[in-house]
Amino acid sequence: MSRQIDRGLKNTVDWRLVIYYLLLVLIGWINIYASIHSSEPSSIFDWSCRSGKQFVWILSGFAIAAGILFALSPRLWEVISGPAYFFVVMLLVAVIFVGAEVKGSHSWFRFGAVSFQPAEISKITTSLVLATYMGKAAFSIYNRRDFFRVALMIGVPMLAIVAESETGSALVYVGFLFPLFREGLSGWFLIIILIAVLLFILTLKTSVWISLATVVVGALAGLWAILKSFRPLSRERRRALWLMVAGVAAAVMLIFSTRVVFDNVLADHQRKRIEVLLGMKEDPAGVGYNVRQSMIAIGSGGFWGKGFLQGTQTTYGFVPEQSTDFIFCTIGEEWGFFGCLLVIVLYGLLITRIIKDSERSREAFTRIYGYCLASCLFMHLFINIGMTIGLMPVIGIPLPFISYGGSSLWAFTAMLFIFISLDRQEKKYF
Amino acid sequence: MEVNNRSRILIIGLWAVIAILLGRIFFIQIIDSSYKRDATNNSMVYETVYAPRGIIYDRNGLELVGNKVSYDILVTPREVRAFDTLALADALGVDTSFVNERMAYYKKYRSRIGYQTLTFVKQLSVEQYLKFAEMQYEYPGFRGQVRSVREYPFNAGGNLLGYVNEVDASDIEKEPDVYRSGDYIGKTGLEAAREKDLRGSKGYHIFLRDSRNRRQNSYADGEYDKPAVPGKNITTTIDAPLQQYGQELMTGKKGSLIAIEPSSGEILAMVSSPGIDVDVLSDIRSHYGKLVMDPNKPMFNRTVQASYPPGSVFKLINGLIGLQEGVLEPYYEYPCSQGYYYTTNRKLGCHNHRSPINLTEAVMMSCNAYFCYVLRNLLENKKYASVGEAFDRWREYVLSFGFGEKLGSDFPAELGGNIPTSKFYDKYYGKGRWRFSNVVSLSIGQGEIGATPLQIANLAAIVANRGWYKIPHIVRDSTQTEYSEKHYTLVDTSQFSKVIPGMWLAVNGGWGNGGTASMASVPGLDICGKTGTAQNPHGADNSVFICFAPKDDPKIAVVGYIEGAGWGGSYACPIASLLVEKYLTGQVSRPELEDRMIQTHFIDVPAN
Repeated sequence: MSRQIDRGLKNTVDWRLVIYYLLLVLIGWINIYASIHSSEPSSIFDWSCRSGKQFVWILSGFAIAAGILFALSPRLWEVISGPAYFFVVMLLVAVIFVGAEVKGSHSWFRFGAVSFQPAEISKITTSLVLATYMGKAAFSIYNRRDFFRVALMIGVPMLAIVAESETGSALVYVGFLFPLFREGLSGWFLIIILIAVLLFILTLKTSVWISLATVVVGALAGLWAILKSFRPLSRERRRALWLMVAGVAAAVMLIFSTRVVFDNVLADHQRKRIEVLLGMKEDPAGVGYNVRQSMIAIGSGGFWGKGFLQGTQTTYGFVPEQSTDFIFCTIGEEWGFFGCLLVIVLYGLLITRIIKDSERSREAFTRIYGYCLASCLFMHLFINIGMTIGLMPVIGIPLPFISYGGSSLWAFTAMLFIFISLDRQEKKYF
Repeated sequence: MEVNNRSRILIIGLWAVIAILLGRIFFIQIIDSSYKRDATNNSMVYETVYAPRGIIYDRNGLELVGNKVSYDILVTPREVRAFDTLALADALGVDTSFVNERMAYYKKYRSRIGYQTLTFVKQLSVEQYLKFAEMQYEYPGFRGQVRSVREYPFNAGGNLLGYVNEVDASDIEKEPDVYRSGDYIGKTGLEAAREKDLRGSKGYHIFLRDSRNRRQNSYADGEYDKPAVPGKNITTTIDAPLQQYGQELMTGKKGSLIAIEPSSGEILAMVSSPGIDVDVLSDIRSHYGKLVMDPNKPMFNRTVQASYPPGSVFKLINGLIGLQEGVLEPYYEYPCSQGYYYTTNRKLGCHNHRSPINLTEAVMMSCNAYFCYVLRNLLENKKYASVGEAFDRWREYVLSFGFGEKLGSDFPAELGGNIPTSKFYDKYYGKGRWRFSNVVSLSIGQGEIGATPLQIANLAAIVANRGWYKIPHIVRDSTQTEYSEKHYTLVDTSQFSKVIPGMWLAVNGGWGNGGTASMASVPGLDICGKTGTAQNPHGADNSVFICFAPKDDPKIAVVGYIEGAGWGGSYACPIASLLVEKYLTGQVSRPELEDRMIQTHFIDVPAN
């Protein structure tokens, strides 16, 4: 009954992932060209402009991909994950002190003409080290020691990045909760974080008192549910009641600290961005300018868009950071809703495919790494596009594979192809 | 392979977030159209291309109102860099303090102004603009924009032509699709009456601009640009030199002088004095306050907006009605004992002349008594059941002469004047309780009658035409058929020749023969005229004169109506005759008279 299985490249590489990847990279390249295209167009290959440079980044990205697929053993990643992780964390810390200052943050190493952001690689090494550690048979998320270590693995690079004044990039690390969830972390974690975020926003937007009232209503509903579902005087009921009291206390503390945190902990520009997002302040010329222009560019696209190179907002540079963080504006303006749908669905398919492949995997390492990859892509997708359409505050992180920039493109290419390589190995040997 | 339950939750979550993103994108791209509008505002500059207003010509193709180029200086405060205030003020011909004030204003409201372009200085002359243009490169953010403003080769009078000024809020409200703040609009006179033709339509040129508001290419190679359509030129019926001459004759007088070509109803000249000088007209903004405050009301177009008693010229109408009604024949003679006793002890006075006299002599000498008899005969006509009925019949006749109602000329602000009805007297005296003696002053054009000078001029044209008129008008426009239609009065055309001899004799009867208008006599011109002296409740009598010439085949009919200048023969008569002479012969044979008329001033003449 055994089937002859061809273990060659053709049947082992998940070509769908590769095709999604190629499509996204191509879309990115075209739109980078459109976004820098001025009234005097130059060739898309012109090395002196960004589309030409991106072309080089893409080609070198392919080389990286090929190297990972063909030259390096999939086993390598598990082996080097620990040392690589520590090395990158050191870089992350070092860059705080020796990094070049770019727009107020210290996250770039600059070697002559080449700059490089360790935070980009840190996503890979963190994913690898998590996969390695959590993939061990003895690992249990319910084990406090294990949980603490995992939290540390995620928290250290995250804090380092916050210290680099790249708070936005640090937010991506919140995405690592998803692999933890997959590996058994209680769903309450996600729910509690969600509630905390909502309370934070509610307090800022309305007032402390409305938030408190909301908490009280929630607590009463919870109380009713507890009294209803547990036997009187049972241990479970007492435990639930205590948890609820603790939850309410935490919520109240959160509410009262919201303003303090907002006014004192956040940096000025971060506070302004949140204020603009929540509509608490209008600042069309200042902080609100980016978002407003970005929404105008996307909103003016209509269903089919204005056509390639026909966008007036993108061509004449109304949207800042247009080829990097705000590249989605160009897509929205020139390709319309149709283009947006295509790109976002492409991401959805890519991420779903990664999750499915991970689930199919027999090795915990591959599975966990795949989830980390999927989560990073998801966080970037949500934060980046959410920012361009006014759903998220302005956070300067790139759109994977599409935004201009070698550092980001290489990192995501490597991250993806490590997974493809791991996935391939499964098919090879099982 | 079994997909883990949590993995399913995560995948569902992923697509839920994707749905939220797409929903939001759908909203801003498809549902909410404000972003598209903002994008247009962002990236396209609509530069208005103003249309030059139509040129106004006189009847012989001379330019009455033309256009000259001027420049508005526009400023985009965002683009302005620090500059030498003194040099800019000098280049623009304004005060330094003005520049400082404006710049302070722009700074104060910078967020509201944003990237807008505003008007900095208006209506710079070409010379001044060239001075600015030379150093324009030193003032980024400032640029000039061509506007055309009015220019007046003839001093044809402000009330006739009207002035053009910037639109105000009510103009914009009335036609929001047409006017934007800063546009010009005809406010009075011809400019207002013919605004729709004269204004043309604005166009625009679309530029793309980048985020720093630097102009880039023109949008789609100008495919969507709209060229400005210049206003239509208008040919008026005015005779420019004649108008200017009339203007000159009326210097320092309060009143009207109108000349009509009887055969066509075309207005040859139309002077309302005091008027607005054309020098003032082109820069009405800086004189407006003074004009409004002037007690002589220079902005008030007396020719169509003032309603006066017509005075003795109205006797012609009463005579004609009498002839038509059969209560008067030219040979009827009536006595005049320096007046007419309409009750046993109340007399309507008259001047000293021979008595009794017939119709021709009565017209010539303007006898009051004679026309009292005529009106009495009309109102006490046995044909009618009552004085009231006879009166209303009389009124119908009068209305057919274009009195009592708007003539329908092309002046929108025209008044209708007033001819009372029998009901009016019924109300005043009680029904059936009034008689001829109560309305005796109507015999001589006094009392409850009000007529505009244009209506009185039209009377001259009617008599000249022997019984019909075309509505007096000022624009030649073949599409307006109402101006080519003949309006006949209710008096048969054959009756008119019976009053004309008296009018001829009034002018040409020779000094000492009792004619009231001998001063109007010009040998060979055969001027026929009728004087009037209308009582003026505010002071000295108004001097009135109507005339036409030549007697056979008249070419011009004129009214002169001068407030407070005394009896008709004194000023209105010579002025009207000078105008007739100028028109018919092209020159003036009586320079001393002309001088005296021009030099006599009843009101202060503004020194300019």
